[in-house]
Amino acid sequence: MNPVESKQEYQKYVEEKSPNSPIFKNCFNAFWVGGLICTIGQIILNICKERSFDTATSGTIVSILLIGISAFLTGLNLFNKIGKFAGAGSLIPITGFANSIVSPAMEYKSEGYVMGVGGKMFTVAGPVLVFGISASILVGIIYLIFSTQSITLV
Amino acid sequence: MKKIGKQTILFDNPPTILECASIVGPKEAEGPLCKYFDQTLEDEFWGEKSWEKAESKIIKETVNLVISKSGISNQEIDICFAGDLLNQCISSNFGLRDTNVPFFGVFGACSTFVESMSLSAICSESFANYSLCATSSHFCSAEKQFRFPLELGNQRPQSAQWTVTGSGSAIISKTGQGPYITAITPGKIVDMGIKDANNMGAAMAPAFADTLVTHFLDTGRTPNYYDAIISGDLGYVGKDIVIDIMASQGYNIKSNYNDCGILIFDKNKQDTHSGGSGCGCAATVFSGYLYKQLQEKKIKRLLLIATGALMNSTSSHQGESIPGIAHAISIEI
Repeated sequence: MNPVESKQEYQKYVEEKSPNSPIFKNCFNAFWVGGLICTIGQIILNICKERSFDTATSGTIVSILLIGISAFLTGLNLFNKIGKFAGAGSLIPITGFANSIVSPAMEYKSEGYVMGVGGKMFTVAGPVLVFGISASILVGIIYLIFSTQSITLV
Repeated sequence: MKKIGKQTILFDNPPTILECASIVGPKEAEGPLCKYFDQTLEDEFWGEKSWEKAESKIIKETVNLVISKSGISNQEIDICFAGDLLNQCISSNFGLRDTNVPFFGVFGACSTFVESMSLSAICSESFANYSLCATSSHFCSAEKQFRFPLELGNQRPQSAQWTVTGSGSAIISKTGQGPYITAITPGKIVDMGIKDANNMGAAMAPAFADTLVTHFLDTGRTPNYYDAIISGDLGYVGKDIVIDIMASQGYNIKSNYNDCGILIFDKNKQDTHSGGSGCGCAATVFSGYLYKQLQEKKIKRLLLIATGALMNSTSSHQGESIPGIAHAISIEI
């Protein structure tokens, strides 16, 4: 068999030849680290509620603390090690979002505070922000239309 | 100097590789080839403010080192070929701006070192008594330009390669006692439609095979002619593919073929996945390890084929495939 017979043949051959990521190990690590991060969030939430904050304020405090911890760990060169181990487990919670903004800010500091930190800070998180905000506006408009016709969704 | 076959150049008066020097980063220093490098760094910054500056310093110091080791002066160098991976080759441009030698910046991605040596050898056949080749790469600056910020907590695919931090440099002399550059086979651009920037080995392997087969056909040599056939940085994935492709063309290269990207790191201990890559990979492995093997006559006939993936981050975002290139240089003592 000649793998370079045609482009299609070669791409199929490369697909088979390339090593796959250890998917079960990755899923397991993502599961327990992600779960752990959420548990920490829940503990903070419960403590806040104990201290007689309302649910909305407690939620905000959880977000602030998790973002703060994650940004701090990014600065200490530790979050990338957690991320390498846990993958989506640390990427999907709000910790990953904080990391995706802090890491380019650190990386591009050498290009100055305006064009470097300011300009490049959202290179990774930018798409999430653009499409996240766009989607929420869209949902908001739909909600507005339905609620003016006095059909409540919530 | 004459052309034989389709694209191979044979030298009438084979130029000598007079001296080599290499400086590598901390991760390379932990690798199996550590003792062969001239200097190893303790950190990626080397006292500079940015990785780009550090890379310039690495190539600058490597060039200074090779010049001082060879015992010739800057003024005696007739021409210099140098390149790197950063946009518009800033590492070599900035690093060598104080060297005061006629300078050609070259780009062939990870194949740049052999490209530089080939061009130097051609110059040696005409006007140049001494020519200088140097290339560099830096893991951090390359990650920043081609992939994600270093601190981002993501996972690298198994087929991804690790850019070597380091620089290799060589001085080619018109006359000398060897090792001699006896032939070069400049490669063609080969694109088999691979689009995955995390699988460079697969993108470059067809170019490597094309150049190797052409070299054998042009020169009438067989794989057994060489003690070692070394590719630039195909990594583990590319190596497997190349052995398959060559077997399908009727060449068995299993026994004497290896790859610089595989040699420089310990895959199991260093977590480098498919192996090393970058302009500095073939450059440091040749300047450090292979050149000493030639000097000690452990390798008498070496075919070094550096491979390059000719893409940038714009082309990969636009969904373009990755063209590969491979240049071969035959070194004998």
